[in-house]
Amino acid sequence: MARRNLLLILAGLLAAAGSPALAGQTQVAVAANFTAPAKEIAAAFKDKTGEEAALSFGASGQFYAQIQQGAPYQVFLSADADRPKAAVDAGLAVADSRFTYAIGKLVLWSKSLDLAKGDETLKANAFAKLSIANPKSAPYGAAAIEAMIKLGVYDPIQPKIVQGASIAQAFEFVDTGNAELGFVALSQLANVTAGSRWLVPAALYAPIRQDAVLLKTAADDEASKAFLAFLKGPEARAIIEKYGYTLE
Amino acid sequence: MTTGLLQPIALTIELATVATIALVIIATPLAWWLARSRAWWKEGIAAVVSLPIVLPPTVIGFYLLVVLGPHGPGGALARLWGAQTLAFTFGGLVVGSVVYSLPFVVQPIRNAFAAVGDRPLEVAATLRASPSRAFFAVALPLASPGLLTGAVLGFAHTVGEFGVVLMIGGAIPGRTAVVSTTIFDYVETGEWGAANALAAGMVVFAFVVILAMIAIEKRFAHRRP
Repeated sequence: MARRNLLLILAGLLAAAGSPALAGQTQVAVAANFTAPAKEIAAAFKDKTGEEAALSFGASGQFYAQIQQGAPYQVFLSADADRPKAAVDAGLAVADSRFTYAIGKLVLWSKSLDLAKGDETLKANAFAKLSIANPKSAPYGAAAIEAMIKLGVYDPIQPKIVQGASIAQAFEFVDTGNAELGFVALSQLANVTAGSRWLVPAALYAPIRQDAVLLKTAADDEASKAFLAFLKGPEARAIIEKYGYTLE
Repeated sequence: MTTGLLQPIALTIELATVATIALVIIATPLAWWLARSRAWWKEGIAAVVSLPIVLPPTVIGFYLLVVLGPHGPGGALARLWGAQTLAFTFGGLVVGSVVYSLPFVVQPIRNAFAAVGDRPLEVAATLRASPSRAFFAVALPLASPGLLTGAVLGFAHTVGEFGVVLMIGGAIPGRTAVVSTTIFDYVETGEWGAANALAAGMVVFAFVVILAMIAIEKRFAHRRP
């Protein structure tokens, strides 16, 4: 009897493993800067539709590399527009599903330095370590480099830069005090009162247009399409704006 | 091969060499004590040393980030030369590597000391050798295969370290960007040619290390009591 039950459980597990995702559930790859709002949106989505969005967080470049290798995500919320576009061009994503869900803002943040005049703090260069996200895989890291170049401070600061694998790790380096300051996403500071922050002027970096896209594997998946529709809707937009993003 | 690939390789060899020297210096007296002591709490110490075998590197990386940081002892030490933190430095990686690889070095040395047994040391004592002379002239040479095994394992394990470096390194080229994290970066950014060059090199390295371990084992097998 016990053995039969075990077999049934095993069969159930195998069946679950064989299907790409459970019905009523969508697998979403979320750029790390959008972690907090994505959690709130997923909760609101579940309240409203009863369907579940399972979220994975990481650097956009990391997700794109994984999606190219057939990672079982169904929706991709990137921190840029380039990678969702590349996914469409490579036939990995549904072309007309792509849209900009948020426009991100870059912030310089410190727990030990006064950043009332952040550009002057950068020019004074009186710190040991500045953290950014890996500019090759995380758009916020690339924006940070761009802003420092435009301010003319990149060359002297460059040896002091430490890189996190994603914007979440760049934040953590400042949060633990291991880096005195760092470039993070404004959304990461939504629930943070500690330290001093300087909103990087929009003129210093190209707008961080964050695009969402439906992946080809989920072209007919109702839960995934419902999640993207919800992301465009008023409830999600209110959450996104609350975290400091602008919308189109 | 481009300098882009050579830099992490050179840094990895440098880190593993420094860490191995530190590991042997720390592990040898520790292993001696563990092998010889009759203290009831010594297995507690042995268990603490062995924790990194079980703990995920993220646990070690997280605590190291706190301990090495400005609010921990590492930060206090770093302030002696005007720095804020030991994280993101070569020294910080050495500390991390020593913690992470210690059990792999202590264990074979402890076993080798235990295999030496009491008898050669008693004989040395009857010949009026002082305890320290007995250690350096008798126990250490007899245990040398264990030391060699420990050093090779410590070196190899440091080269193979990834999670800890990822968490406390900050990927600074030439200072904390070692081979394992550089492979991760290349894969993340789609540069698979470069990732493959480094990864294939690691496979060859691992193969050579394992062959060397087997050779050490065979070479010294006849010395075992």
